[in-house]
This record gives sequence, C-alpha cells and structure tokens, in this order.
Amino acid sequence: MELITLRSIEKTYQMGDIAVPVLKGISLTIRQGELVALTGSSGSGKSTLMNILGCLDHPTAGEYWLEGQEVSQLSADERALLRNRKLGFVFQSFNLLARTSALENVAMPLSYGAEHLSEREARERAAEMLSRVGLGDRLDHHPSQLSGGQQQRVAIARALINRPPVLFADEPTGNLDSKTSEEVLQMFERLHTEDRITIIMVTHDPKVAGHANRVIRMNDGVIQGDAPPAAEPQPQAGGGAP
Amino acid sequence: MMVYTTARTAFRTLRRNPMRAMLTTLGIVIGVGAVIAMMEIGAGASAALKKTIASMGANVLVVRPGTASSGGVSFGAGTTTTLTPEDCQAILRECPSVRNASPMVRARAQVVYGNRNWVPNAIYGTTPAYLDVQDWSILAEGEPFSDRDVLNGNRVCLLGKSLVRELFEGESPVGKDIRIKNIAFRVIGVLSPKGANMMGFDQDDVILAPWTTIKYRVTGTSLATANQSDSVASDSVNTLSNLYPTSQRSLYPARSAVQQADNPMPVRFANIDQIMLAANNSAEIAPAIEQISGVLRERHRIRNDDPDDFNVRDMAELTRTLSTTTKLMTNLLLAVAMISLVVGGVGIMNIMLVSVTERTREIGLRMAVGARGRDILRQFLVEAVVLCLTGGAMGIVLGHGGSMLVQLLLKWPVETSPAAIATAVLVSAGVGIIFGFYPAWKASRLDPIEALRYE
Repeated sequence: MELITLRSIEKTYQMGDIAVPVLKGISLTIRQGELVALTGSSGSGKSTLMNILGCLDHPTAGEYWLEGQEVSQLSADERALLRNRKLGFVFQSFNLLARTSALENVAMPLSYGAEHLSEREARERAAEMLSRVGLGDRLDHHPSQLSGGQQQRVAIARALINRPPVLFADEPTGNLDSKTSEEVLQMFERLHTEDRITIIMVTHDPKVAGHANRVIRMNDGVIQGDAPPAAEPQPQAGGGAP
Repeated sequence: MMVYTTARTAFRTLRRNPMRAMLTTLGIVIGVGAVIAMMEIGAGASAALKKTIASMGANVLVVRPGTASSGGVSFGAGTTTTLTPEDCQAILRECPSVRNASPMVRARAQVVYGNRNWVPNAIYGTTPAYLDVQDWSILAEGEPFSDRDVLNGNRVCLLGKSLVRELFEGESPVGKDIRIKNIAFRVIGVLSPKGANMMGFDQDDVILAPWTTIKYRVTGTSLATANQSDSVASDSVNTLSNLYPTSQRSLYPARSAVQQADNPMPVRFANIDQIMLAANNSAEIAPAIEQISGVLRERHRIRNDDPDDFNVRDMAELTRTLSTTTKLMTNLLLAVAMISLVVGGVGIMNIMLVSVTERTREIGLRMAVGARGRDILRQFLVEAVVLCLTGGAMGIVLGHGGSMLVQLLLKWPVETSPAAIATAVLVSAGVGIIFGFYPAWKASRLDPIEALRYE
C-alpha cells in the first residue's frame, strides 16, 4: 500500500528579489513498511524534502499524498494536527525538555492530541513506550542523567507515543558514538520489522544508510538515485563517526 | 488541550527554573504588595483624615430661626421665635439622614470663681447629644451631663480648656462651683481641647450646660428679646437660687390666675436659638437638609408658597475639603499602584521574551509533535498568568503583612480592604495577560523549522 506519494514537488525560497529553487520536481512513492534512507551532500535539498515530507513546510508546487490525503495545501493548524496523529520525529540533537523526566518528555505530545487522555492513561502509555525502547527502569530520570543513546531512545519513544504510521529521523545518530549509533539503528530495524512502522531517515553516513532497505540519493534538488543499499556505490572505507 | 492541563504544564515548566521564576514574580510580588499595603494604609489614612475633617464638623448642619420683622424693620437672622426643642425631637424622629440633633440656647455672661472672673465666648445650653454632634464626646476630665439634668434643669456644666486656664489656673475644676450671673453651677467635666475654628473663634472658651438651666435660670430670654431689648427677663424659676436680686423689674405686672383664665393668651412655648444636627455622613447632607425642611415646614404650618421661617446651613467649605481630600487620596493611591504594577508587568514581559528566545527549540519541538500556534500562545500566556497570579498571591500576603506591621509598629490606622485584594488578583492576572501576550504571540508565530534549527 502506498503511504506517501510525491508528484513533482517543487520548493523555491525567496531571498529578497532572487528566487532560489531548492527542490526541482521530486516525484517519489514510499510504501508502508519501508525503511528509507535519504542521503545526499549538504545543500542537496534533503532537509527541505524532509521538512515537506514531515508536514513542517508546504511545497511551492506539486502534490503530496499522505495515506490517501492531499496535504500540500493544508493550513498550519491542520498540518499540526496531522503531525500529531500520523508523523513522529526524531532529531539529531534529541530535543528533550531539560529538567523534565523521561516519562513527561514522552507523554508531552499526548497533550496536543485530539484524543484527550487522562493524566494516568497518558503516564501509562508513556511508560509502556519507554519500556518498549528498553528504558522501563528510567522513567523518572532527567535527560541530563541519561546517556546520549538513552536520550535518543527517549526521543524515539516520544515520537511513537501517538502510534504514527511514519517515523522521520533527521540524522538520528549524528550526535552518537558508533556503538550507541548501532543500538539506535537496531531499534529502528526492530520497529520496522516488528511493528511495520515506515521509517524515513535523513543521513549522510553511508553506514547508517546501509541499515535501510532503500536509499534515496539527492543531489541539487533532484533525486539522483533510488535503490537498495547493496547497489549503493563505494561504501566508504574507514567507517566510524564522520 | 484543556486549561487545567495547560496550567499544570505551566507550573511544571516554571518549576524547571525556580530561581528565575521567583525573580520574575518579584516584580509582581512587590507591585501587588505595594498596592495592597498602599490601599490598606491609604484607606486607613483616608478614613482617619475623613474622621478628622468630620470632627471639625463637616457633617454638621445648623438650623436657625429666620428673621422676624416689624413694620418693614427686619431684625436679622435668628429673631423669630418659632424654633422649639420639640422641633429638634421631631427632626431626630423623622429624618433618617440625621444621626443626632441637639437644641441650643446661647448666653453671654460673666463667670465667677473665687476671686477670678471671665466672660467666655459662649455659654451654650444644650443636651448631651451636642457632644456627639460636635464629635466631642471624649472629655478631658469628668463626665458629661445627662438627659435627666436637662429635664430637671440641674445646675451643672462642662468647661472648656481656656476657661479652666483662666478661672482655675491649672487646678482641676471638677466638683467645684462657679457662678454664672450669680447662679451656682457645679462643674462636672472638662471638655477636650479643640483650639480655634476656621474663623479664629476659640472653641475652648465655652461652657456647656443643660439648655433648660441656661434658658430658664440664666437668661430667661431668647435671642429675639435680647436683640430688641433686655426688658423681658422671665427668671421666675430661679428665684430660690438667686441670692442677690439683679434682674430688672418687669414692666408689666404679672397676670393673675384669674386674668389668665378670663383672657387666655396663646401658650408661649420655649423657643431655642438653634438646632445643631449631624448627618450620617457627608453624602447624606443634601437629603438631610431636604428632610429637615420638610419636617419643620409641616410643624410650623408654613403654606406651600410661603418662605421658610428658618434656615438650614451646612459646612459647605468643610464638606468640599473633605470630598476633595478623599478624591485626592484615592487618586494618589491609584497612581502609585498603577506604576508599581506596570513596572512589575514590564519585568514579566522581559522575562517571558527571554524565555521565548531561550526555549525556541522547545517551541519548535512542541510544534513538530503537533502543537498548533494557539496551543503555544496559550501555554506561554498561561505561564505568564500563573507567574503573575502566584506573584499576586505572594504580594497580597506581603502587602497585608506589611500593613499589619505598619499598624503594629507605627500605630497607623489600617483598614483591610477585600476590594483591594480582589482588585490585586484581577489586576495581576490582567498584567499577566497583557504583558504575557506579546511574548506568547511571538512564540506562536515561530516557524517550526527555524525554531528547531535555532541554536
């Protein structure tokens, strides 16, 4: 089943009098249950595409169908609701609320949801999510008391609290060492295989991209390559965190 | 998102940085505290001021008889003889705006004690109500005469301070006898000093005695007769105590009982020189005048188109002073309160703006997980209001405590005003909304992408 369909998406930023085209006609289909890596050098437009896919921004032109709904022209409030219900986000810098327990961090998106859960239900659901990412014993820890990998797992639990069909990860391992990166990536794979969650991650690390079952390479606002990682050319030698 | 949840989130957020929250609210705490303290101390001061001015007689009304005239010759104000003590009682009974009333007769005579003598400014014959009307109830010494003294025409009196100085040279006069026109009066009390009034009239140079005593034993005249001639002196009552006959002989022989019966003359009622009244408060002076006029016109059987045979005077000057002072005090307090609240509000706005900038990424994150602009707006607004209300609550405690302390240490009058507290709560919430709105609005307008990228 097709979860995401993009038809000739264009995005142009207006810098004063000059129009800067960033996305120059992207067409793309992502089916449910795929684990997609979005790669490309910086300035290739992958972040912009990510923002549009994540309904944080709307395209200048083109169509974006998400679960059979055309979402490119939605208002800011409608997009906020959509993000809450259907999309989860994991960021490079975790973006956890400081001095707030892991449990409250995870429960935070619930307060903006359409379904009004009681305080207890919200806490129960957050606790369940945290144990799913292996942090069932860290409910009351503050971010500063958690390691980087644990923080990112809290962020993943937060992204999944509303049970979205799609999870976006923007450089999810950018701030982690190789060992914890591996843990986080394994978690993604598990979510992908066990829960059939569609995961789209932006990365420029070929090793991370190697965990995906589909790699989309962007260059200068267009899709340059779209293939399984095996076909990805020249896996960089040396490895490690870039 | 429900308000309750938002408020809880706001509390949680503020708890994340308690020191800053405390410092932020300090502005409001001081602001509201200042408002409460100012209101309470000010209300006390205002009440005390009002009382002081009222004690000068701001609520006092004077009813005097109108002018009598004969053949085109007018005898001036206070010369008709139609005002009676019964009028005074009727006014007290029938005018709801009048707090108290006392009839008065005046005399001027030499007072003798031992080898000293003095002519006081005024000798007033009145009732104990006079002390209440003049706000003079607290005596320096002794006790006031009673209504029974008035009924019996007892020869008792209260002395003003100046008289005590002139006649007694610092000795206590209570229990001593003085003579007024050769009639012995027992001094039973000394009035508290009042000083001169606005006209320079020494208010302590006065003797108060029951009006019956003054009228029937001392003067035997009214103003009317005094102004025309001193020929009519009906001092028949006091013959027993009149040791030395000084009164003039009556021009006409007294009528015998038979003559009275054959040719009855209209009964001569006791007329008095004036009635002093106190209105309930300065606002009720105008209604009081109306009620008094109504009662007196009816009692004096004055026809609709005939002029009054009496005058009602109020202390317009004092009343005006009173209302001006009160208004001034209120405005002064309001100005001080407003300034402190605005300062506190600007402090809140400042910190909220800093907070918005500092928490840009948090805002971006909240937006990314589905917060709409208005959710963010509400969150920051509620945070500001929670800050202000917390500060307001602390300010109320602080201000109230402060004013209590002032009352305790400086013995200043303080009036607790629930209105001030209610206003302070409303105003601090208002300040939170007004000064919290701009930062909150700024936060709600952030672009989630920019906000997430913000370093």
